[in-house]
Amino acid sequence: MPVPVDPSPALQDYAHPEKLVTTDWLAQNLGADGLVVVESDEDVLLYETGHIPGAVKIDWHLDLNDPVTRDYVDGEGFAKLMDASGITRETTVVLYGDKSNWWAAYALWVFELFGHPDVRLLDGGRAAWQAEGREMTTSSDSTPAPTTGYPVVERQDAPIRAYREDVLDFLGGPLIDVRSPQEYSGERTHMPDYPQEGTVRGGHIPTARSVPWARAAAEDGRFKPRAELQAIYQDELGFETSEPTVVYCRIGERSAHTWFVLTHLLGFESVRNYDGSWTEWGNGVRLPIATGSEPGEVPAR
Amino acid sequence: MSPQTPDAATAGGDSLPAAFAEIAEDFHALGDKDRLQLLLEFSQSLPELPERYAEHPELLEPVPECQSPIFLITEVEGTGRDATAHLFFSAPPEAPTTRGFAAILAEALDGRTVGEVVDTPDAVTTQLGLAQVVSPLRLNGMAGMLARIKRQLAQKAGL
Repeated sequence: MPVPVDPSPALQDYAHPEKLVTTDWLAQNLGADGLVVVESDEDVLLYETGHIPGAVKIDWHLDLNDPVTRDYVDGEGFAKLMDASGITRETTVVLYGDKSNWWAAYALWVFELFGHPDVRLLDGGRAAWQAEGREMTTSSDSTPAPTTGYPVVERQDAPIRAYREDVLDFLGGPLIDVRSPQEYSGERTHMPDYPQEGTVRGGHIPTARSVPWARAAAEDGRFKPRAELQAIYQDELGFETSEPTVVYCRIGERSAHTWFVLTHLLGFESVRNYDGSWTEWGNGVRLPIATGSEPGEVPAR
Repeated sequence: MSPQTPDAATAGGDSLPAAFAEIAEDFHALGDKDRLQLLLEFSQSLPELPERYAEHPELLEPVPECQSPIFLITEVEGTGRDATAHLFFSAPPEAPTTRGFAAILAEALDGRTVGEVVDTPDAVTTQLGLAQVVSPLRLNGMAGMLARIKRQLAQKAGL
């Protein structure tokens, strides 16, 4: 049985309020039958410094990526990870993490690649929980015991994941680059203060519109109210919820955040995250790019 | 780049400088979970910046290879390869991995001669048994710190 959804009025305006939980709700529901809380961070040691009581850790690099191919784990790998994390197919999973939930949103997107039925995000993430002075622990006493029998589910990439060929055919369509303005224009190939991750050229995918991911977040790291999100993605960009949309960033983590906003908060019917993102496109042989602050034109082919 | 041959750079603990060999041994003796705990202990042991730098953060060099903000500065006592090297780091508590890397470098290199530090093989960061618990990509950050430490020391000691 899934755990009942968070009825907080603050969430009810969103298209799919059942995909979010508030810190209040989580505090009241910790330890509920059928609920597993998962922390997913950029910093691999942050969980060890203290986490929400009972939370398990899933690391994007170490647990969700295939160590050889640049791809996610397969159905068997995911099932093994779920079993080890005490998650069954019926479990309600609540994800949270550092950096405004980038990696938690990324992990949620991977859970959805495997069609996990009930996976939600803690609005505001780790920072909101901590800012409210809520309990953190280094103890693993209340973390769930491993389970068995998570089914081996074939990953369904097509509905929410785009490959470079898909993007090449999509130029001119609703495409959002969520990186910083400097990365978009080509002044730099990585986030400010972040490592160079080996991209040869700077710029963006031709015709992509620039909407840095952080525009969807309020100062406290929670998502902005629906009306404010609509003003950005629908009014300002003129994108429509019925039109297939693609988002990308550098490796797909920041765009997972925007993917969540469009899909679950605004109710866009078909949004795909291009996780190859700039580290693939910026290096790709014969892939066209655009530089500067304008989206640019669809190149002749 | 150091003049290490690829073989020496990828060889086991034998080729490691003594201080790193000891740390590597400690990590290798542990299972994955305990390795993270040890790294956490390192991160908690990172010394505070002395006042002369705490009040002048602009003197420190940023390390962009790290995912989280970290700044470092070196000092030398004396000149040439025999000069003594001192290392200082600044990283916020919400970046424990980066702090852990810095603390390892501080423990292994602080107080050694500049010659010993600049001779440290670049590959030392990959030989501590951390790749499988923090991921190779994250380890790039420690390599970036080491490269900057060596460059600063070589310059300051007049090598």
